[in-house]
Amino acid sequence: MMNFLTDAQAYLPILFRGAATTVGIAFCALVIATLFGLVLALMRYSGNPILSWTSRSFVNVVRGIPILVQLFYIYFVLPDWGIDLTAFQAGAIGLGLAYSCYMAENFRAGLEAVEDGQIEAAQSIGMGWGMTMRRVILPQAFRTVLPPYGNTMIMLLKDTSQASVITVAEMTFQAKMLAASTFENLTVYTLVAGLYLTLSVPLFILASWLERRFGKK
Amino acid sequence: MIDIQGLHKSYGDLEVLKGIDLTVKKGEVVCLIGASGSGKSTLLRCVNGLEVYQGGAIRVDDRLVEAERKSIRDIRTRVTMVFQRFNLFPHRTALENVTEGPIYVKGEPRAEAEAYGRELLARIGLADKADAYPDRLSGGQQQRVAIARALAMRPEAILFDEPTSALDPELVGEVLAAMRQLAEEGMTMLVVTHEMGFAREVADRVLFMHGGLILEEGPAAEVLGNPQHERTRDFLGRILEHG
Repeated sequence: MMNFLTDAQAYLPILFRGAATTVGIAFCALVIATLFGLVLALMRYSGNPILSWTSRSFVNVVRGIPILVQLFYIYFVLPDWGIDLTAFQAGAIGLGLAYSCYMAENFRAGLEAVEDGQIEAAQSIGMGWGMTMRRVILPQAFRTVLPPYGNTMIMLLKDTSQASVITVAEMTFQAKMLAASTFENLTVYTLVAGLYLTLSVPLFILASWLERRFGKK
Repeated sequence: MIDIQGLHKSYGDLEVLKGIDLTVKKGEVVCLIGASGSGKSTLLRCVNGLEVYQGGAIRVDDRLVEAERKSIRDIRTRVTMVFQRFNLFPHRTALENVTEGPIYVKGEPRAEAEAYGRELLARIGLADKADAYPDRLSGGQQQRVAIARALAMRPEAILFDEPTSALDPELVGEVLAAMRQLAEEGMTMLVVTHEMGFAREVADRVLFMHGGLILEEGPAAEVLGNPQHERTRDFLGRILEHG
């Protein structure tokens, strides 16, 4: 036990640095996933066959490929085509794109839950498509979308660990390095598990609050 | 003001409107009656550009109604619509529902739009409900707010698509009263309805639709009191049987 504590004291600063990168990459990926997911959902919802088809194809292709493989692709293959990204950028973009598909499906479910009559009501007072979305449909879809959004956020946070395979120095990566050099697997991975849990707990609380506040009554 | 000529509308192979000619003059109240499936709601929705039509022409003040052109937005601000299921915006209060169009579509100053919105709500007897959300209002109150929302655009005409069909029987009266008041103030109205009493008392003209055609039209008293066409008699007979 004493050993664990002294080791913990030595390892934690390194792991904290990793945790900061974890939070950073999770945040960037979340922003990308949210914005791009919304675009994909609106394309699908627009009723325009070309936009809808493009969105659906993209979602299905990305959903059908493991995140690990996507990350390898972005980090190792894109440079051959002249797109050179840092590990962090590749990780954030890869996770962001992968999660944009889950987000798109969340958003689409929210949009489709809004009654059809709402579009017609908005149109009947002269609103165009953009204003109808902004003023009428999205504010209503928002409520349905928030609870699943919270859950997806937690999944995203944990999946940032996959970025370790392309050398992003996030928490899991730091842990692997520590464990490899000290052989203190028990200490290191217990600490890492604890830290992920610590990062997730605020999100759990947020998600359950969203569920209570906006979820189906 | 609304001029419909040779209107044809199909859903795939199914032809729902088979050549409709209809003119609604300014200040006129025209009621469309007929069994469900006769095409009356579809006709109304075509006028508002909510449906695309395949043949003929609809003109509002000499402007062609084309559902897929931007010009439809302007036409919709001049001919608004009241729906069977109210379709109020549930995330906005009664007053916000009413002022949404004036403020965001027409760009009226908020203070002015709100003053007029409150005046409209007062006129339909809902002054005290201005800050209530739709889920706190009865069906009849919601439909009256929807009428105020349509009025707030200061339209030249309002289309009513079975405005009382989704209401409990005891709430129908208050909505009809609001519509009657509008008619008396000279609003141009095209009304799809099953309320024969309302048609008889308020309509300048009644049109009976069947199978995508207008079979009979004329002053309310004539069409309802002395129908010439057998199908009109059938229909009216059935309606009266069921009260």
